[in-house]
Amino acid sequence: MIRLVKKSEVTRYSGLNSVAIAGFIAFGTGCIIFGLLGVNPLTAYTVMFKGVFGSFHSFSEVLVKATPLTFTGLAVAVAAVMMLWNIGAEGQLVWGGIFAAGTALFLLPEAQPYMLIPAVLVTAAFGGMLWALIPGVLKARFQVNEILTTLLLNYVAIIYMEHLFYGPWRDPAGFGFPGTAQLPEAAHLLRFLGTRIHLGFPLAMLCAVGLFFLLNKSSWGYKVRVIGKEQKAASYAGFNVTGKTLAVMAISGALAGMAGMAEVCGIHYRLQTGLAVGYGYDGIIVAWLAGLNPLFVPLTAVLLGALFVGGEQLQSVLGLPSTISLILEAALLFGLFAGKAMQQYRLVFIRSDSIPERSPAGRPE
Amino acid sequence: MMEDIVFIGQIAIKSSVAVLLATIGEIITERGGVLNLGVEGMMIVGALAGFAAGFATGNPYLAIAAGAMAGGALSLIHAFFTIKLRSNQVLCGLALTILGLGLANFLGRPLIGEAGVRIRAFAVPYLSEIPYLGEIFFQQSPYAYGAYILGPLAWYVMFKTRAGLVLRAVGEDAAAADAAGVNVAATRTIAIWVGGLFSGLAGSYLSLSYTPGWKETMTGGQGWIAIAMVIFCTWNPLRAFWGALLFGGLTALQFFFQATSIDIIPAYVLKMLPYLLTIGVLVLVTSSGKRRRSASPADLGVPFSRES
Repeated sequence: MIRLVKKSEVTRYSGLNSVAIAGFIAFGTGCIIFGLLGVNPLTAYTVMFKGVFGSFHSFSEVLVKATPLTFTGLAVAVAAVMMLWNIGAEGQLVWGGIFAAGTALFLLPEAQPYMLIPAVLVTAAFGGMLWALIPGVLKARFQVNEILTTLLLNYVAIIYMEHLFYGPWRDPAGFGFPGTAQLPEAAHLLRFLGTRIHLGFPLAMLCAVGLFFLLNKSSWGYKVRVIGKEQKAASYAGFNVTGKTLAVMAISGALAGMAGMAEVCGIHYRLQTGLAVGYGYDGIIVAWLAGLNPLFVPLTAVLLGALFVGGEQLQSVLGLPSTISLILEAALLFGLFAGKAMQQYRLVFIRSDSIPERSPAGRPE
Repeated sequence: MMEDIVFIGQIAIKSSVAVLLATIGEIITERGGVLNLGVEGMMIVGALAGFAAGFATGNPYLAIAAGAMAGGALSLIHAFFTIKLRSNQVLCGLALTILGLGLANFLGRPLIGEAGVRIRAFAVPYLSEIPYLGEIFFQQSPYAYGAYILGPLAWYVMFKTRAGLVLRAVGEDAAAADAAGVNVAATRTIAIWVGGLFSGLAGSYLSLSYTPGWKETMTGGQGWIAIAMVIFCTWNPLRAFWGALLFGGLTALQFFFQATSIDIIPAYVLKMLPYLLTIGVLVLVTSSGKRRRSASPADLGVPFSRES
């Protein structure tokens, strides 16, 4: 018989321990899966490790993946700090992509880069913001559960995007290929060092730092955190919960919209099917692994990015399905729960015959 | 005209079965005080397991059972983390969905495009001969008949038996139920597991009967719609029919417009409608306030522990 007993105090650096435990559990899960597939786990992990750290170029791909993951992770985190669940980063990312592509293709097709790049940044953030404000308004005005509304709107956004690039926005010269025409070169984000790392990466880092200061060093951020901890107390204290709900959702959506812009203007150079591949959902894992701290979000985004790049290597070297990384990703999250539980509680092994009967007060003492 | 209505009605029922089953399951789970947002994940794993078992054995009964058991197995992960480790129920449910979609993607790859077992519609003798209604309700897949029975059965057990009383007590006030000698953890585990069985069953309907075959996107958000419908039907399994029909009806209209190539509403708008309408329903139900709040199990989402 195993029992959980609450610890009297939570250890310092506990967040880091949780992540370590999460990693350990994901690692173990991977060993089991590789074993079941008949692959030596050591070989598989070596392939993943080499695929990630083997060369400068391979590691650069990790940072390429970490770019949208940082944005969506920040988007989830800023909402979660106020105990708002934004499961809709995927849809907001899509709208960011739509607005960015629309701006570059139709609104300002002839513009110079110094005009166009800021324009796509602003419009993409605006697009994501608008989409996030729908559930934001419903939550603030009618108390509608934002988990369901943000999530259901993802499907709507993706259907609309597909309509655009299968229909009115389809490239007339694309031989029926579903996608828009290529964006004008002025809209392509600058790339660095001959890799695919683009301007979106430093921008994401900047957003992380900016969000950290906003949440932790401003009175506005202080209020947001108080609302997240104790909503009733916050409204007694006269904090404007409605206004902050809207503001937080707007910031969250804008960040997710930037992820869409980064993908469209930094990688794909057009609006096409590869845009909605789940970065919005991965953002949930990134944010919680980082303990909702914006400064840690880029780190966990890199971790997840490495997992994806490693997964791709498994496919190309060992012929294993790359989707194994999706399972390892979920294992990371479950590992985090286990880690948190181990921080707060001690496992106590009790011989079954020594379990005390229930006392009248309901406490096993 | 009448023919069109019968056609739409038939497809509406056909399209609502999965949402209906999943809604009933989630109602049972939530009545026990646990929110499980993993419905979408359990459904897709149920769909895969059902299809795979059918493909391997050719036996439809085994296929159905495998689908339900797979959903049930996944739900036990939720039970372990939320009850034993007292993890955050929202986050754990999301993790379950991510895990389910990952598993389905990973394990289902070799099965894409294969032809498996098909569970066909069959006409119920006598009942199917009722004009119009018979055609709409009684020329369906056995899953639909199962759902017709399981909804009222769930209602009966929940409100007319001791087991149902225990379930609701645990969901309303776990501490009081505990004081009365109810094993809260066991009750909640069973509630989660039964919900998982229903979700898995719902998924297997999709891959065995509704659109026979395997595709990792085949649930298309129906699990999430089911969770929304739980709120719509105020945690009452009998009302789940209305919620599911709403979804089925819109899907049927989509088919109807496509089949008759009437172009009043663009196809992509029709495709969005089930999601938009679900949001609309949520807004209506939430803003009409009182009924919903009194219907929601009071301890929903609250982990139970004697220590705190």
